[in-house]
Amino acid sequence: MIKYIFQVVRKSLVLAEMEARKLLHDPTEVITRAVQPILWLGIFGEALSKIRAIPTGGYTYLQFITPGILTQSVTFLAIFYGIAIIWERDMGLLQKFLVTPTPRIALVWGKMASAGIRGLCQVVIIFIFTRILHITLYITPLSILGVILITLLGAGFFTGLSTVIASIVKTRERFMGIGQIITLPLFFASNAIYPIQIMPRWLQIVARVNPLSYMVDGLRSLLVTGNFTKLPLDIAVLAVAAYLISLLSAYLYPSIAS
Amino acid sequence: MQSRQSKNFSNGGYNFMIESDNIIVVENLIKRFGDLNAVDDITFQVQKKEIFAFLGPNGAGKTTLIKVLITLIPPTSGKALVGGLDISRNAGKVRKIIGYVPQMISVDGTLTAYENLLLMARLFDIPRKEQKSRVIEVLEFLDLADHSDKLVRTFSGGMIRKLEVGLAMLNHPPVLFLDEPTTGLDPIAKQGVWDHLLEIRNKFDTTIFFSTHNMEEAAAVSSRVAIMNAGKIAVIGKVNDLTEQTKKENATLEDAFIFFTGSTIRETSGYREARRSRQKQSRLG
Repeated sequence: MIKYIFQVVRKSLVLAEMEARKLLHDPTEVITRAVQPILWLGIFGEALSKIRAIPTGGYTYLQFITPGILTQSVTFLAIFYGIAIIWERDMGLLQKFLVTPTPRIALVWGKMASAGIRGLCQVVIIFIFTRILHITLYITPLSILGVILITLLGAGFFTGLSTVIASIVKTRERFMGIGQIITLPLFFASNAIYPIQIMPRWLQIVARVNPLSYMVDGLRSLLVTGNFTKLPLDIAVLAVAAYLISLLSAYLYPSIAS
Repeated sequence: MQSRQSKNFSNGGYNFMIESDNIIVVENLIKRFGDLNAVDDITFQVQKKEIFAFLGPNGAGKTTLIKVLITLIPPTSGKALVGGLDISRNAGKVRKIIGYVPQMISVDGTLTAYENLLLMARLFDIPRKEQKSRVIEVLEFLDLADHSDKLVRTFSGGMIRKLEVGLAMLNHPPVLFLDEPTTGLDPIAKQGVWDHLLEIRNKFDTTIFFSTHNMEEAAAVSSRVAIMNAGKIAVIGKVNDLTEQTKKENATLEDAFIFFTGSTIRETSGYREARRSRQKQSRLG
């Protein structure tokens, strides 16, 4: 069993390392993907911060939405990993991986870790931009470690979710439609750009079962409020959600190839 | 096709047990998709060191058969052994003793040739201290050593196919499955790919199982040929035996195909297959 777990972790890291090498060969995507969160912060955030209509618990609106925009950037990137998996199937890469002696769960964890690496690149760029906008955040070694952990877990969960969707819909065209249907409602039904308390009752229920809310909450406590009382719950929910979705993904993953 | 001059190449030393000379044994294999029997109750054996061709038009069931044998999709019923291992019960062990070159492009164009090979070496559990030497060995064997640090998306179609063969042989598998390995390649690139495949077979006693709809290719390299049509095997035998049975003077494998199936190699595939085939040809340049 220990040997098996070691093999799964080792092969997941191999796949993640290759993703990092791809980014080093061509970092263009990191730059282009950073445009959207920069627009959210620079235009949407700046505009709404002038209105002061949204209760933000004593913090500026830009401080309040920075964790939300970080989360949005990472989750949107991760959720479209499903398209990459379908593309790999169409190319023949997926079949090649599936006939190696690699546990299916390692292939899924490898994808999750790969999305995590790309997500961390987004986090770095957004951090730089927050400096330009003079947004005050708690940047300590502990908060950085926490942000890395939550980013990896969040990216992992949404990559797992996208793998499940890709396994079911099987074509890029269908995935694009489903991806749009899922990502925006998940974002708006969370505490990313406004607090849960101002939502209607039914939406509050949705927001409280939305893993994206826990990711935002964890990042907000680490970077903005410094109140860590709910942080263990946020991390636990993300970890359990990521683990369970990885099991389902590993079960469905081979069906993409058929 | 002529074999190339031998090069220094170490043996993989795989442990697998088979009771006879048959390295692939298939009995009453069926793969059904809805109402369609893509593979329809077929039985055959392939001996060690054979170059065995599955010949048939698009949609005949060749790719499905290979996908079942390499454990990519499960059979609906029937039995298949690869290297003495049941593909349904020992899928994990089967994956350790096979190499596979898919019909589509299976290398990552955003990585270098070296990185593609290193990735596969790690996924095939090649010991860490041997990984680098094994990768270099394969690059030299395939005459790709000078291109090892170039991104694969800059390669020609022939180089890509050679690299794919290299990925499949990294673990020195006793059985190599190739799904239409030369589709989309020009004659010189085809020759280059087969020269390397024949050298691999001579060095490691590798069994080569490949599918093709190219009659000339099948006739040139195969020890035996199975003619497949609409999911069934029409006939199996050596090329000369099959052509002689047509009773036609200077008969070709195409004549044998018509004789045994009552039809010509025809396009039976749909939109998806046609799109995939054209995309592949476009990518291979």
